[in-house]
Amino acid sequence: MIVETGHFALILALALAIVQAIIPLWGSLSRDATLMRAAPTIALAQFVMVAIAYGALTWAYVTSDFSLVNVFENSHSLKPLIYKISGVWGNHEGSMLLWVLILVLFGALVALSARNMPDDLSASVLSVQAWISGAFLLFILLTSNPFARVGMPPIEGRDLNPILQDPGLAIHPPMLYLGYVGFSMTFSFAAAALINGRIDAVWARYVRPWALLAWLFLTLGIAMGSYWAYYTLGWGGFWFWDPVENASLMPWLAGTALLHCTAVMEKRDALKIWTIFLAILAFSLSLLGTFLVRSGVLTSVHAFASDPQRGVFILGILTLFIGGSLTLFAIRAPMLKQGALFAPVSREGALVLNNLLLTTACATVFVGTLYPLALEALTGAKISVGPPFFNYTFVPLFIPIFFAMPVGQLLAWKRGDLLGAAQRLTLVALAGLLAALIFYAMQGGPALSAAMGGVAIFVILGSFFDIASRIASGSSGGAMVARAMGMPRSAWGTAFAHAGVGVTLLGLAATGWGVEKIASMRSGDSVELGQWQVTLDKVAPRPGPNYRETVAHMTIRSGGAVVAQIEPSRRFFNSRRMTTSQAGLLNVSLGQIYVVISDQETEEPLDTRLYWKPFVSLIWLGPLMMAIGGALSLTDRRMRLGIAQRAKRRRGPEPKPLAAE
Amino acid sequence: MTRKSRRLVLISSALAVLAFAAGLVLFALRDTIVFFYTPSDIDAKHVAPGTRLRLGGLVKEGSVVKAEGKAITFAVRDANGEIRVSYTGLLPDLFREGQGVVAEGVFEGKGQFRADSVLAKHDETYMPRDLAESLKKQGLWQHNQPGAPEARGK
Repeated sequence: MIVETGHFALILALALAIVQAIIPLWGSLSRDATLMRAAPTIALAQFVMVAIAYGALTWAYVTSDFSLVNVFENSHSLKPLIYKISGVWGNHEGSMLLWVLILVLFGALVALSARNMPDDLSASVLSVQAWISGAFLLFILLTSNPFARVGMPPIEGRDLNPILQDPGLAIHPPMLYLGYVGFSMTFSFAAAALINGRIDAVWARYVRPWALLAWLFLTLGIAMGSYWAYYTLGWGGFWFWDPVENASLMPWLAGTALLHCTAVMEKRDALKIWTIFLAILAFSLSLLGTFLVRSGVLTSVHAFASDPQRGVFILGILTLFIGGSLTLFAIRAPMLKQGALFAPVSREGALVLNNLLLTTACATVFVGTLYPLALEALTGAKISVGPPFFNYTFVPLFIPIFFAMPVGQLLAWKRGDLLGAAQRLTLVALAGLLAALIFYAMQGGPALSAAMGGVAIFVILGSFFDIASRIASGSSGGAMVARAMGMPRSAWGTAFAHAGVGVTLLGLAATGWGVEKIASMRSGDSVELGQWQVTLDKVAPRPGPNYRETVAHMTIRSGGAVVAQIEPSRRFFNSRRMTTSQAGLLNVSLGQIYVVISDQETEEPLDTRLYWKPFVSLIWLGPLMMAIGGALSLTDRRMRLGIAQRAKRRRGPEPKPLAAE
Repeated sequence: MTRKSRRLVLISSALAVLAFAAGLVLFALRDTIVFFYTPSDIDAKHVAPGTRLRLGGLVKEGSVVKAEGKAITFAVRDANGEIRVSYTGLLPDLFREGQGVVAEGVFEGKGQFRADSVLAKHDETYMPRDLAESLKKQGLWQHNQPGAPEARGK
């Protein structure tokens, strides 16, 4: 009964979406206030309906209702509760439902803040949102119904793919979807602006928080996905330039460009057409990512089921929204008024450079991801475009960004002084150079790592340089604290986010200083791993809730003293007859010791892969810092005008640090 | 600066970056892409020794030899051909005789291949699509073999 209620609620949600897609838009075009004001209420109702449907599916999972095809195929009564709840989105149907749930959640948030917006803007935005949610609800109901029943309910389910039975499943997909779908907001705002023909600094102020929010979650989602792949796939790699990863990187790059571009538009009312274009682009790339990942065009752990019908449907949605918005863009964009003027050397100029490099880098990723697909479709030749391609194309385009970032922050709006900015940064540049020399002296190793480390230090220090110099100009300690407190949150946000890029770069540089060993170990054997000694104590079986586990108990020593125990293991899942590898991980300051054991019939000797990865955690701490920076900026905006109410001018709570790992 | 000359600076710098990127892409596409072949493709297309490629096929039964250290050799076969692969390192999970495998490395001529990576499969039902298609074409596809996406059920 609950399941049928969920199914029915989903159909009602579609009906509401259709109403919401038409009525407010009509109202906004015919200037009918009553019709326009209907939008927020319908949007909220739509959210409630989808939430009921989602709740019903979750209930079916938690109670292991195997009369649902979806639950039967992807769940097991012995599965731990956390995977029953997160397993809802560990399959195609459920993940699409989560996609729509987040979409209508954003719609509901707009509806709640609609009072602070002009009526025609909120009506058009919600209307465009409803077009998107309607299309995806239709997709779910027609091709991927999660509520389909089985004729003869089986006693036991087939269990969730063991590789997905990991805490990462609870965090990575929702974060990523909040990011992907978050860009639907900027898209809706862009489309609404084109429909209403009004695009100005005020519009940019409404869009910016959404762009920030989406970007923040996408950053965390990508980082979390990377960390998950790092510890499950057993290669110690964290980024493979896999098409699925690229699919999430492309909207991130476009979104990052958009974020910087809205800053220009908000402050200076310039770059309007470009901002609108980026807003459309970011969401188009999100849709493309959904298509690539969900259609079965690519084979990966993310492609749950390949059903050509679904691929065609998503392709249709993709064509409709990208084509439609670009057509609207082509008709309306020439009517937009030219923005304010600025000199090539200025803050605006620096941000234009940022946009140019980011979008071009995004284009190279696009080519590298889609070229093999296009080539195969056209000529039948099968090729793989791997890391070397991206090292030759993406990396050279990204390097100038590291150097330009600190300089751009020091340029004034309208007309900047490049020489002055460079002079002010001399000390920071020297510090970076010094750091590179120190890294080289301490670690030896590849010169490239030392150079990258130096650039990273330059970026980190350069990000805080402006704030630091403004604080340092205070006369006394108290005055300095007052200055630091008085600095706008967004300034701190920028500094943190930029420094996060440097932190990630430092983590990447440090990969050159790592140690990798492959060893055949018997109980009692030791392996030297950099400054550590790893000893295999014993190999023993251990039972788990829905798997059996072979655990290698290992002791890590440094100069004879025991540092810690680690337990890399292999898990065998009987329900799907497959094995997964659990890496043994030990955090030592910012580095990690990483051990995996291989799958084998005989117990000993045990084939083992051991890594010492200094500073590797920085790779994921960087995105965390970027997200914290984004959150800081967001709280600033909220106080000034933002998404919630502006009437009460009290200090909001400090942004909670968002867990990424 | 007039509006016109500013726009000129903007457009020309944009074009410069784009041209640079296009150059990089073309260069990289010529040098870094890797073709996917099965053993019989290598014979049929007369692949020159020293070419980097991805080799896909089935691991021939009884062909896996573990030598001293981490050196391993095995044969990859399809319906009409066989290539001997040498590889140093740990084999990925689910590497089994008689099952699908994709190795990336250098073709050394005379049926020899030196792999620097052997593709890790995400799970037992995952088989690289290229490989699955080639096997299907050659009639080596067994419906119930782990690796058949269909085996996953609907």
